[in-house]
Amino acid sequence: MSAETVLEAVDLRKTYQIPRGPFRKPRDLHAVNGVSFALTPGRTLAIVGESGCGKSTLARQLTLIESPSGGRLLIDGKDAGAPSKDERKALRRSVQMVFQNPYGSLNPRRTIGAALAEPLIINTDLDAKARGEAVEAMLTKVGLRPEHADRYPHMFSGGQRQRIAIARALMLRPRILVADEPVSALDVSVQAQVLNLLMDLQEEMGLAMVFISHDLGVVRFVADEVLVMYLGLPVEQAPAATLFGAPRHPYTKALLAARPQIDPDERAGRPAPLSGELPSPLNPPSGCVFRTRCPLATDRCAAERPALRPVGDSLTACHFAD
Amino acid sequence: MTAVTDTAPTAPPASGLMATLRHARHVIGENPVTGLSFGLFALFLVAAVIGPWIVPYDPFESDTAAALQAPSAAHWFGTDQVGRDIFSRVVAATRLDMAIAIFSVALVFVVGGLAGVAAGYFGGWTDRIVGRLADTIMAFPLFVLAMGIVAALGNTVTNIVIATAIVNFPLYARIARSEANIRREAGFVQAARLTGNSEMRTVLTQIVPNILPIMMVQMSLTMGYAILNAAGLSFIGLGVRPPTPEWGIMVAEGAAFIVSGEWWIALFPGLALMLAVFCFNLMGDGLRDIIDPQRRT
Repeated sequence: MSAETVLEAVDLRKTYQIPRGPFRKPRDLHAVNGVSFALTPGRTLAIVGESGCGKSTLARQLTLIESPSGGRLLIDGKDAGAPSKDERKALRRSVQMVFQNPYGSLNPRRTIGAALAEPLIINTDLDAKARGEAVEAMLTKVGLRPEHADRYPHMFSGGQRQRIAIARALMLRPRILVADEPVSALDVSVQAQVLNLLMDLQEEMGLAMVFISHDLGVVRFVADEVLVMYLGLPVEQAPAATLFGAPRHPYTKALLAARPQIDPDERAGRPAPLSGELPSPLNPPSGCVFRTRCPLATDRCAAERPALRPVGDSLTACHFAD
Repeated sequence: MTAVTDTAPTAPPASGLMATLRHARHVIGENPVTGLSFGLFALFLVAAVIGPWIVPYDPFESDTAAALQAPSAAHWFGTDQVGRDIFSRVVAATRLDMAIAIFSVALVFVVGGLAGVAAGYFGGWTDRIVGRLADTIMAFPLFVLAMGIVAALGNTVTNIVIATAIVNFPLYARIARSEANIRREAGFVQAARLTGNSEMRTVLTQIVPNILPIMMVQMSLTMGYAILNAAGLSFIGLGVRPPTPEWGIMVAEGAAFIVSGEWWIALFPGLALMLAVFCFNLMGDGLRDIIDPQRRT
């Protein structure tokens, strides 16, 4: 790990116990089953996968909403796995989050100004005037106007609300921003604006960003590095250019093939899209978790779980990648 | 969604009390029914505060010579069996009836509301305990339960307030629980936790203000019910005792005279009761509109 690393996950795991009535042992659900990465300021790690693959659970751990049940999470070199109450409060200041749904993430009963000033009231000793100035400065920074501070969320469009949510996340000047599908609820026409804003602010403030998405077009636009997850397991981890140029894992290939494509000639040469259902995470397949839907699956896949191994530029968890 | 354009808003949203007052005036003026209900409520409040001093006769003074007189210029609502002026008694009773309604609803609003919010937000054992308590209360016919409580605790105004609050507890706890529950994982609640708010602060600043409009409507509806409940208890002889002016007792006393043609003794306190319930029921929607910023444009 380099000295600059602000966020590092080492074999991070989260297991939920699913109760099965009073006389049976609860069953384990491995929502996140061993994720490792390191992130430096100004860089973006995208986490990609279908719904139910553990993306959001991972986000909840990175933002300290939930504690990991295994592995280590280091924020600024400090272990954030099981912090004391005071440590947690201090660490939380350095990790903030932008939520998926801009309609649910703003309190309808508070003005924008009050929502943005809230983090400052709890975490700083700024007086009301200084807070007001900070709020106005931040509103300007995210492309809104200072007088918007007196308005209520219902007076804004989805894109504007997401700008406000970003402003709120940045009020405490965090080092790490976790964006959980920040544009998937927005119109396509405003997605690019919000993404550009995020990237500009990232550059300006030196943010390390974890960008969770299922939209590969968006990921290609923002990510420096991509982590593809399937059923709680990382299946491929690579620099963005490598991943999009030369995907190694059959799941990544299938995801890329499933992107909408206008050009019919391009469409013709692609592999068939994935068929079948995502297996239940309560009862994952033996060996390689992807084997039930994998075109390359053999007996070896059922017997032996492939470990992440370097192939070219990427890390991939497939017996047949080369 | 309202697009925010570059034109200056006609009235810049002022902050604080002034904006709320201006908005309240707008809501009341906009809907005549709301205006009427607030006007009636103001009338009841005035009667409750200064009623006993402005009435033409002493509400306790009997005048057997003038007993059982029909409504006239001297006695607007007539007189009862011992010659007391019914108008004076109806006005003087407002204070007691309003006080019972307001205190019992305020009590259940705070206790039931907070219990419900805690149940909905924290879930688990808190939820189970509050839920079972509400179920237990709901298992009784509510008026019979109120009768039992007053009979057991003693025949005082305080106990009527407590009994009325208890029978309304499930209603408040249930509404607060469901409203808190659907919001506990909302983005803005998570964001508040992320920025370091304590659980208590999150509940009070993020959850409670959002369920207040719904609770307000409930409050106004139960206020009418609380008045009926108090009057009902007095009617059957529990609660307030004669000769205290109270609408329920007055209806009870007058009921015996309806057959013999002296209808005014029971009618006028009954009308006051009806108007009060009517007024509270209509006020609910207006209150919600005042307290909800989404109605401000």
